[in-house]
Amino acid sequence: MDLALSEEQEMVKKMARDFLTDKLPKAVVKEMEESELGYSPDLWKEMTELGWVGLVLPDKYGGSGMSFLDLAVLLEEMGKACLPGPYFSTVVLGGLPIIDTGTEEQKQEYLPKIASGEIIFTLALTEASARYDANAIEVKATADKDDYILNGTKLFVPDAHVANYMLVVARTDEKAKAEDGITIFIVDTKSPGISHTVLKTIANDKLCEVVFNQVSVPKENILGQLNQGWSEVQKIVQRAAVAKCCEIVGCVQQALDMTIDYAKERKQFGRPIGSFQIIQHYCADMATDVDGARLSTYQAACMINDGLPCIQEVAVAKAWASEVSQRIMSLAHQIHGAIGYSIDHDLQYYTRRAKAAEVTFGDASVYRELVAQEMGL
Amino acid sequence: MDFKYSEEQQRFRRELQDFLEEELRQGLWQPSCDAWIMGFDPEFTKRVAQKGWIGLTWPKEYGGQGRSYVDRLILTEEMLRYGAPAGCHWFADRQIGGSIIIYGTDEQKKEFLPMILRGEARVGLGMSEPEAGSDLASLKTRAVEDGDGYIIDGQKVWTSGANQMNWIYLVARTDPDAPKHKGISEFLFEASLPGVTVNPIIDITGRVHFNEVFLDGVHIPKKCLIGEKNRGFYQILHQLDYERSGMERLMGNYPLFEALIKYTKETKRNGKPLSEDPLIRSKLAQLKIEFEVGRLHMYRIAMVMDEGRAPNWESSMSKVYGTTFEQHLANVAMEIIGLYGQLSPESKWVPMLGMAHESYLSSKGYSLQAGTSEILKNIVALRRLGLPTQ
Repeated sequence: MDLALSEEQEMVKKMARDFLTDKLPKAVVKEMEESELGYSPDLWKEMTELGWVGLVLPDKYGGSGMSFLDLAVLLEEMGKACLPGPYFSTVVLGGLPIIDTGTEEQKQEYLPKIASGEIIFTLALTEASARYDANAIEVKATADKDDYILNGTKLFVPDAHVANYMLVVARTDEKAKAEDGITIFIVDTKSPGISHTVLKTIANDKLCEVVFNQVSVPKENILGQLNQGWSEVQKIVQRAAVAKCCEIVGCVQQALDMTIDYAKERKQFGRPIGSFQIIQHYCADMATDVDGARLSTYQAACMINDGLPCIQEVAVAKAWASEVSQRIMSLAHQIHGAIGYSIDHDLQYYTRRAKAAEVTFGDASVYRELVAQEMGL
Repeated sequence: MDFKYSEEQQRFRRELQDFLEEELRQGLWQPSCDAWIMGFDPEFTKRVAQKGWIGLTWPKEYGGQGRSYVDRLILTEEMLRYGAPAGCHWFADRQIGGSIIIYGTDEQKKEFLPMILRGEARVGLGMSEPEAGSDLASLKTRAVEDGDGYIIDGQKVWTSGANQMNWIYLVARTDPDAPKHKGISEFLFEASLPGVTVNPIIDITGRVHFNEVFLDGVHIPKKCLIGEKNRGFYQILHQLDYERSGMERLMGNYPLFEALIKYTKETKRNGKPLSEDPLIRSKLAQLKIEFEVGRLHMYRIAMVMDEGRAPNWESSMSKVYGTTFEQHLANVAMEIIGLYGQLSPESKWVPMLGMAHESYLSSKGYSLQAGTSEILKNIVALRRLGLPTQ
């Protein structure tokens, strides 16, 4: 057992913090959030050059061959900096699944282009039911000679408006059990019949409605096995949940840091408000929640990194991070007082993102049920 | 970063489990909640001592095993999981031995450490007084130098384990003219000395763990002073870090948690096990999640200690966390059993051997003893977060 980051991870952390502090003041975050693209192609290029996009992709496909744990450290920093854009979609939701189950041709086709920043990927998984279980997959893919024809609507698809490709989770066998008739397709977003609408969201991230109307996808674009995609989807969701926890940890750590700074500076009744015990206890509660979220997140990340079974650890991490993020942000606002309520104050970025992250890839109630199952209840 | 146990640690855990299972198979004791403070079984302690499981982390030169604090956490975790009666040696092993190793003289080490290792030192912790609770430095018990020793006069209260003790670890004022933090010393002496009177306090559960201890002209030799005279307050803070840091703050009621899970699986309502009720599933899963996060807090402390650093704000944070969990566990257990929660442990109809009832009552004290949650949050705020005092 060892809680220290490796030397390499410390370097990733420092590099990320320095870069993001320099390049991503909140005015830039605001600009990116308000822009149509939702990210800055210039910054994307710089991140690519720093090796971030290819961080976890194998060397032979142009990546740096680093580990999921290294990525976890980077994601925490991105959460701390409120980085908008398609990094998560491209790397966590696109690149990693292709490494998992892609054919050699698929890897050679897509991974080098991801690593070089040339293409953006995303995952079209959730639908109108807004659930992450197999029954929720209703978009159909019907075999038609050498192709499959996709029909239906996906909701809450991140960054679909800028993605070059998306992994689409579709039902290919309606007669089979819900889990047994699902296939993942790699879909070129320029394919005729695809349309998208960017949804207005609490985090100003670019979640989209994506409609598939008779979209033709070649059979060779199946990722993994026909009708057996659900196990890979579970793996994607599990990994994405932990990756989201990393962002949450960065987010709530920053909210705590800002709150402590404010409590030291803000004076009322002739003394810093941080000298009042009620404020001190709020801050101690926040720190306890931040630490618990970090410990459980990194435990889950380590297990994913090592390829170990970790249903319970992931569930504990996401349930806890989701739950405490809301407590932490509420206390951060309470301590900041009215100034934190202003749109011009940085705190609101974290509040909005924490809310979005809480529910993305499963909220606490979803994971509580998973834990209950793991307990044999 | 690595959250895995080494193979040796996994073997050690299995060895502990095998030992405890065998003890249970032989019917040597019954698992119970709070067994680390309420379960006094000298024979069990002797068997634990024979295994070398007291003083596990002490250096080998003092008869310890020189093992890591993570190893010791595995040991205490299994003792607590099984609800084993470890009260006879818990305090001495957890904090007194360590203090003597750091602050004791060679003579004290020779006298006390082997006794602790044999499981023969049942130590009461004499800290709080009627007018000195959270503000421990206000204590009034006096120790006045008198020839070759000290005369101790005063009163302690909430003295853990004094009803079972053969030794008492006591803090007393040795310089009444110094600022209050700077005139306190620590002593360790036999509880059977003339002038020591123990008056058990029956607590809200009807049991005795805390006591009043009256000290009336107790004459102790000078060699009973532990560490530096008048530096006792700072020494005790160090000891408190250890007192607050263990798995017992999270797992004291673990037998209740296991019993509750079993109860919900076996008890039917409207023809279905309670464990299939979504609300009950959610409550139990929430407890499990809180428990697992708590374990990580505890293991973090062990890793801090293995780095050679005393756990400071970490143990304050984890104690608040752990005791909050234990109170939540007791509350949920009482909610789930409903009307049955009223029944006393001896009642014919009481479920889970009355553990829910007892834990519900005893858990009211968890957030008070060894530092109230309020004091501990102050410590986190000041020492971890650097918030100002004024």
